[in-house]
Amino acid sequence: MIMRYKFEIGCVAFLVLAFILTQLGLNRFFFFAGFAVLQFIMIATAWNILGGYGGYINFGTAGFLGVGSYTSIALIQWSNVSIVPQIIAAAALAGLLGLAIGYFTLRLKGVYFAIATLALAIVLETVVNNWDFVGGAAGISILPTRKPELLGAVIVDRKIGVFGNYKEFLFFLIAGMTIFSVWVARTIEKGKLGRGLNAIKDNEEAAESMGVPTLRLKLIATTISGALMGAAGGIFPSYLTFIDPLTAFNLEFAVYSLAMPMIGGTFTWIGPVLGGLLLGTVQQVAIVTISSELNLLILGVVLVVFVTFAPHGLVGWFMKKN
Amino acid sequence: MIILELFINALIAGILLGGFFAALSIGLSICFGLLDTVNIAHPTFIVAAAFCTFILNANFGIDPILAGIIITPLFFGLGWVIYSLYYQFFEKTSAEALRGLAFFFGLLFITEVVLIISFGVDHRLVNAAYIGKSFGGEFAGISVSVPFRLLSAFVVAAILTLGLQMFLDRSFFGRATRAVHQDMMALSLMGVDPVAIKRIAFAIGLGTCGIAGALMIIVIPIEPAVGRLFIGNVFAIVVLGGLGSISGTLIAAMILGIAESMVSTFFGPSWAPAVSFTILLGVLAFRPTGLLGVGDTR
Amino acid sequence: MTRILKYRVRVMLLAGLFAAAFTLTTAFAPVAQAQSKDPIKIGFSMALTGALAGGGKQSLVAMQIWAEDINEQGGILGRSVELVFYDDQTNPKNVPGIYSKLLDVDKVDFVVSGYGTNLIAPAMPVVIDRDIVFMGLFGMNNNGKWNYEKYFQILPAGPSPAVGFSSNWFEAVKTFKPKTIALVAADAEFARNLKEGAVENAKAMGLEIVYNENYPPRTADFTPIVRAVNAKKPDIFYIASYPNGSAGLVRAIAEVGTDAMAVGGGMVGLQYAGLMSGLGPNLNGFLNYDFYVPEPTMNIYPGSKELIDRYQKKVKDEGLKTDALGYYLVPWAYAYVDILGKAVNAVGKIDHDAIAEYIHKTKFTTVVGDVEFGDNGEWTQSRTIAVQYQGIKNNELDQFSQPGTRKIMFPADIQTGEVKPFNSLR
Repeated sequence: MIMRYKFEIGCVAFLVLAFILTQLGLNRFFFFAGFAVLQFIMIATAWNILGGYGGYINFGTAGFLGVGSYTSIALIQWSNVSIVPQIIAAAALAGLLGLAIGYFTLRLKGVYFAIATLALAIVLETVVNNWDFVGGAAGISILPTRKPELLGAVIVDRKIGVFGNYKEFLFFLIAGMTIFSVWVARTIEKGKLGRGLNAIKDNEEAAESMGVPTLRLKLIATTISGALMGAAGGIFPSYLTFIDPLTAFNLEFAVYSLAMPMIGGTFTWIGPVLGGLLLGTVQQVAIVTISSELNLLILGVVLVVFVTFAPHGLVGWFMKKN
Repeated sequence: MIILELFINALIAGILLGGFFAALSIGLSICFGLLDTVNIAHPTFIVAAAFCTFILNANFGIDPILAGIIITPLFFGLGWVIYSLYYQFFEKTSAEALRGLAFFFGLLFITEVVLIISFGVDHRLVNAAYIGKSFGGEFAGISVSVPFRLLSAFVVAAILTLGLQMFLDRSFFGRATRAVHQDMMALSLMGVDPVAIKRIAFAIGLGTCGIAGALMIIVIPIEPAVGRLFIGNVFAIVVLGGLGSISGTLIAAMILGIAESMVSTFFGPSWAPAVSFTILLGVLAFRPTGLLGVGDTR
Repeated sequence: MTRILKYRVRVMLLAGLFAAAFTLTTAFAPVAQAQSKDPIKIGFSMALTGALAGGGKQSLVAMQIWAEDINEQGGILGRSVELVFYDDQTNPKNVPGIYSKLLDVDKVDFVVSGYGTNLIAPAMPVVIDRDIVFMGLFGMNNNGKWNYEKYFQILPAGPSPAVGFSSNWFEAVKTFKPKTIALVAADAEFARNLKEGAVENAKAMGLEIVYNENYPPRTADFTPIVRAVNAKKPDIFYIASYPNGSAGLVRAIAEVGTDAMAVGGGMVGLQYAGLMSGLGPNLNGFLNYDFYVPEPTMNIYPGSKELIDRYQKKVKDEGLKTDALGYYLVPWAYAYVDILGKAVNAVGKIDHDAIAEYIHKTKFTTVVGDVEFGDNGEWTQSRTIAVQYQGIKNNELDQFSQPGTRKIMFPADIQTGEVKPFNSLR
């Protein structure tokens, strides 16, 4: 019985660990950097559900994240909605977007799908650029709620709050979301959906003739993947307190979201986690140690070296060696 | 009358802009459309060529277009090397497209860093007699003006595109390249080395970066990261035109150029990207192979 | 067998997690508590790569010159000054982490901002959380929502920056008695704010707005925009653009022409050495904003000329890949740290409340003239200058370091020329 839920127990343990970390009064830089790394892992995991299992390269990660971010912004502008409903709404809207793009591009395969998602991200960016309610191209500053409350308890306050600092609260939130995403990804991988997606990846026509409901599986995958990315974007405005379309729709997201699973290994849930952990940590460390154009070089070299010498990512490389 | 005048000028500007877009995309049309290499670094290689043009122009006063022709062999060689590496590590092991994409992303960043280190981050421009001037006149009460800068880009791009189209249609090599795209096996049975064909084709595709770079610095000011802005455009054009079709690429470039110019003139420039990419999404939804594409959508 | 492999992968995963956490926490463990003889550390993020790197690199050199200067004069509070900085890659996403690193790990004594509004904004909550003094470099109304009393910003655009930025430009065009105006802005943060301010100024002057549009950053051809503007026949044409667009619009206007009497206003990039020499004679007639130009009346900014000379020499001698002239940012990047240094020395101890109070009530004399900060930390008056490009004959860079190519039209106390209609200078 316990063995069967080993993974779930591990998830809870990590969540508890994340909570304990926020209570230790650690160096606050840890929470900033930790947030960035966890957000990376979450994006990588979300991307991999469609890209790794189903073989559909989503190039519009920035579009989904941007929809998430701007859903939050719109809700804040509208009536100062608090962060948890923000994230839920962001996930819901990005999920719907995923469903829509899945539906409209269901006839597209391979690179066509990738280009369609890229086009979608650009169209969305243009819309936000022209939408002055959320700041338009000028961007927008938001003030985080000073003392957010949840179910009557004060969440953040130096003395009486559950968390002493807003960043610790955000860190805990993203940790929870990331763990949830990984759990979702693993559940999909081990289940019928994952097997179906894998069949699609190998040969879509064959899968279809074998009775795999390819369209439905693809739609489910695009929706879940989109919703998780949306959630990762939804928390972003609260972390940055300033969002402009250039940041929310940055090409960087598209690059990292495919680089991380690539480096970790795309065929299992561990791959994106490892890739995100590695690339995220390297990036956070590089920003504050190298601080020059060589920073960009790291990403370039890591990408080239990994895809040439570790074709199946860290996980694949490790398994082969032993 | 003023509307008509705006319309005609917007149409001309759109066609010229389309020519410029065609020059940026034509190499990708070969690398990506015919050879299936997702060369996302293509615009960045064009920027690299633009910097080379800048060097030749600023130091030796060489005309930018001539400079572009001079550096073309350099990029041909670069393409040769890149394809050899790409083949060794990816095609030979029939790796998934995703890995190739990541490889070219890596090249993109490395190229950008090299550019930043060697040229700094400031914007660069070139000068030539035909930049900043235009010709025009009144035709039946409608005054038309055509900037030489864009006209030169258009003319060069048109020659480049038509030349490549003819080359690929008429020559043995061109037909072999198309054959590589369709049936590699048959080609090797005919005693042709498909890898050599692909290597040369890729090198030609990258070679066009030389001239495209010259046109880029004639049309816009450049800095190392400017290539990223055009990734969306060039891929949209190649896909819109239909993979593997050079003339399709030219037509798609014209459509996006005219759309952008018309929207800028009549509806406000800030909606231009939305219109261009909505056209792409629409075409993909209803005709997934692009305008002149053939075969399946893989 | 597979069980063993899975086990290994899991071990690896755990090891990776702990390695990452370990690197993030311990490798950056706080350095030993500052001793009284240790240097005073000033931390900041700066755009050394990415879209704003041109300005960021220039600013960094200026700040390094300042550090040399202050250390020669005995430093701050008798301690030498050390700059601690990281590249934010012009990406706001990197900024919160950098400031946290500076404050929590590097234990810097002061932080100042990076270059540009959208890179200042994400640092605000981190800084406000610590309740410390924060000097801003070219931010557009960053303090509007926060109303933080320890924020001071060096962009000389007055208490209401968006409006103050273009107010002198509108003063300068009054000689044309315009009735209609067209406005174009880049779809980007700074440009859009400038245009909003310009719209307010235009309304205050009673101008009719005949064209008001934005263009996206990937615009390659600007002639359709210029033609659309010309079709509306505006008397004046206000442009708020980023470097790419500035160059594109200058060329498009050269090719298509315009009948507007004043053209320009908020064109970023026309102050950069590379673009000025690249565009050359095509610039003649443009009426644009600037902060510092090599005109004789600028000697009311004491020491600015010497500073610029030192910067240009440094760039030349050390072969730095940054703006060869440095007029745009050098004096301001020097001044914003200089004011901090002066204030700390005057207060005599590191007490952020006292330092902020001192900066609020003091008139500083710096390389950018007399500076006074209002309640929201912005200048009490606008010192943005309106310049007109005149008499540019070729693409030589040297002419731009001499007086005469960019004559000051407004403010009146440093005026060096008369505004002429755009086409009379073409």
